[in-house]
Amino acid sequence: MCQAVDENCKDARPTGDCGGSVPTEAETHSWKMEKGVSGDFIFKGVTVLFAFSILAILLLMVVEMARESLPAIGTFGWRFVIGRDWDAVQGNFGALSYIWGSVVSSILALLLATPLSVGTAIFITEIAPKKAGGLIASLVELLAAIPSVIYGLWGVLVMAPWLQKTVEPFLNDRLGFIPIFQGAPYGVSMLAAVFILMIMVVPIITSITKEVLLTVPQSQKEAAIALGATRWEMLRMAVLPYGKSGILGAVILGLGRAVGETMAVTMVIGNTPQISLSLLAPAYTMPSVIANEFAEATSKLHTSALMEIGLILLAVTLIINGLAQLLLWSVTRGQQRGGRP
Amino acid sequence: MFGKIQKSILALALVTGFASAGAASAETLINGAGATFPYPIYSKWFSEYAKVDPSVKFNYQSIGSGGGIKQITEQTVDFGASDKPLSDQELGAAAAAGGKLLHIPTVMGAVVVTYNIPGVGKGLKLTADGLTDIYLGKIKTWNDPRLVKDNPQLKSVNKPIIVVHRSDGSGTTAIFTSYLCSVSLEWTRKVGTGTSVKWPAGLGGKGNEGVAGQIKTTGYTIGYVELAYAFENKLPVAFLKNKSGTFVEPTIASTSAAAAGAAKQMPADYRISLVNQPGKNAYPIAGFTYLLVYEHQKDATKGKKLVEFLNWELKKGQKMAAALLYAPLPANVARMVEKTVKTIKY
Repeated sequence: MCQAVDENCKDARPTGDCGGSVPTEAETHSWKMEKGVSGDFIFKGVTVLFAFSILAILLLMVVEMARESLPAIGTFGWRFVIGRDWDAVQGNFGALSYIWGSVVSSILALLLATPLSVGTAIFITEIAPKKAGGLIASLVELLAAIPSVIYGLWGVLVMAPWLQKTVEPFLNDRLGFIPIFQGAPYGVSMLAAVFILMIMVVPIITSITKEVLLTVPQSQKEAAIALGATRWEMLRMAVLPYGKSGILGAVILGLGRAVGETMAVTMVIGNTPQISLSLLAPAYTMPSVIANEFAEATSKLHTSALMEIGLILLAVTLIINGLAQLLLWSVTRGQQRGGRP
Repeated sequence: MFGKIQKSILALALVTGFASAGAASAETLINGAGATFPYPIYSKWFSEYAKVDPSVKFNYQSIGSGGGIKQITEQTVDFGASDKPLSDQELGAAAAAGGKLLHIPTVMGAVVVTYNIPGVGKGLKLTADGLTDIYLGKIKTWNDPRLVKDNPQLKSVNKPIIVVHRSDGSGTTAIFTSYLCSVSLEWTRKVGTGTSVKWPAGLGGKGNEGVAGQIKTTGYTIGYVELAYAFENKLPVAFLKNKSGTFVEPTIASTSAAAAGAAKQMPADYRISLVNQPGKNAYPIAGFTYLLVYEHQKDATKGKKLVEFLNWELKKGQKMAAALLYAPLPANVARMVEKTVKTIKY
């Protein structure tokens, strides 16, 4: 913009059409510099402001949550994290069943979703014809746009009855000797929550993994094929190692969604605070108990306990994220070492 | 061209701005917040009342009883609403903040027991002990002799009972558990009453629709929902044995009968549980829902308008209740409430 005006002026100078006071060469230069510096300065200031405002919001949230949960922290201390008793009438709160429910449901969902998503992404980018791949990719992305309450409704009205009548009795009959498939089939259960979460995180992991795989240089793939690799060997040697860190990043994002998901999980998990090894048993998660009880929590201790659950949820997310970063770091380091001759 | 459009937009904005400013100065806005259960009838009343007195506008946020109590205590709203009477402690907190807080019963609701037993139709008969033991997890199958005694059709149903309760904190749960407390010492000792309790058995569904959805899609289940919700969705309802020993079908009339039975010992602040009331036709799981209003209104205009509305609601408004499946206050209770409304000062 600046440049263009300048250029016009230069052209116009001989005819004297450029206004009354024509700036000298030096003046133009300094004016340009000044403008450039202040523009940069403002831009930098704005970005810093934006970045810090996000930090400030996070900090404010943590401080406020910690302040609100002080009564519960003071009353229960560590018993809050290791206790299982949650009784609003007696004013006794322990969050272990909720922590268990959140951690187990998200991790199992990820274990199921990751191979499914990576497989889908490989199919889209490497195996399917371009048009079919594009169609599948947009269908998968469509899944990400469905609101979670719709997943929840479908889960409770369609999936849970199907699980109760077909899947769970089958698991119970054939694999009932394994503790995770024991107990009466209720339909709504940890298993239902795991399935719903899996369906919800698949589009996220798939679309990011797809983008990551697309960045693998064609030359690298061709080199592998030139060495006589089959398609599978090419994927294993040239494509997947290249995208490893990106795929792990995608999984971490999926985990974030799984841990924080509230509505759909609340509708299918059965909302029973218990720690059971069985996947067929109902369970309860941290976001669900907050959503369920916050509106009608009348005693101060109850509100405070729910706030502390929020704080723990934040901490659990941070810990899982940290572990994932550690994994990412160790994997990429291993890759570098492996890459050396 | 553009200038013209801009000018006309500006003119329009100015006109509407003035118009709304003019309306605002003549209109009194009364804010309220609280229980979700009476929201349909309240919004009906507010829209009907706008025709009676166009100068007042009500804005009601159905955020839950807990939130309603909190907001009226902090005086961020002009009236609160709650499905449960306030505890002495809560009343004390409100009194310290804004003076005496009055309970104004508006309508009544009932909680019904619904179920899904394939092959068994409506009209399951339950005693207080039977219902309590199901929710305590002590009666585990549908063909338990204690249930078969009143329901011979259950004899062949050798299936485990799947108990469903509300997972979200709610006034419905408070009324239901206060009933179980009133009929069972064991329940009082082990569980107690509240908007959310520690359930000894069963699955949690979110909201009336969560519980009803669970019951509809799963066989051999039992749960509790609001009367209005059960009627609208044509769920099978259980007949409950009341204090007088009769099995009563939950209806609007039998719900009102519960308050009529309680009228004799009605305390002046209406903080009474209507569960398990005497009376041949009294349905045992019923409760008032209240508006919470300070006795001394700080804003004279708002106070006056609020009292006018309450008087209208106690006469004309009550007639609209049944159509929306709420039980109106019995005449003797409505007269008592009118006297209470007269004590509001502004």
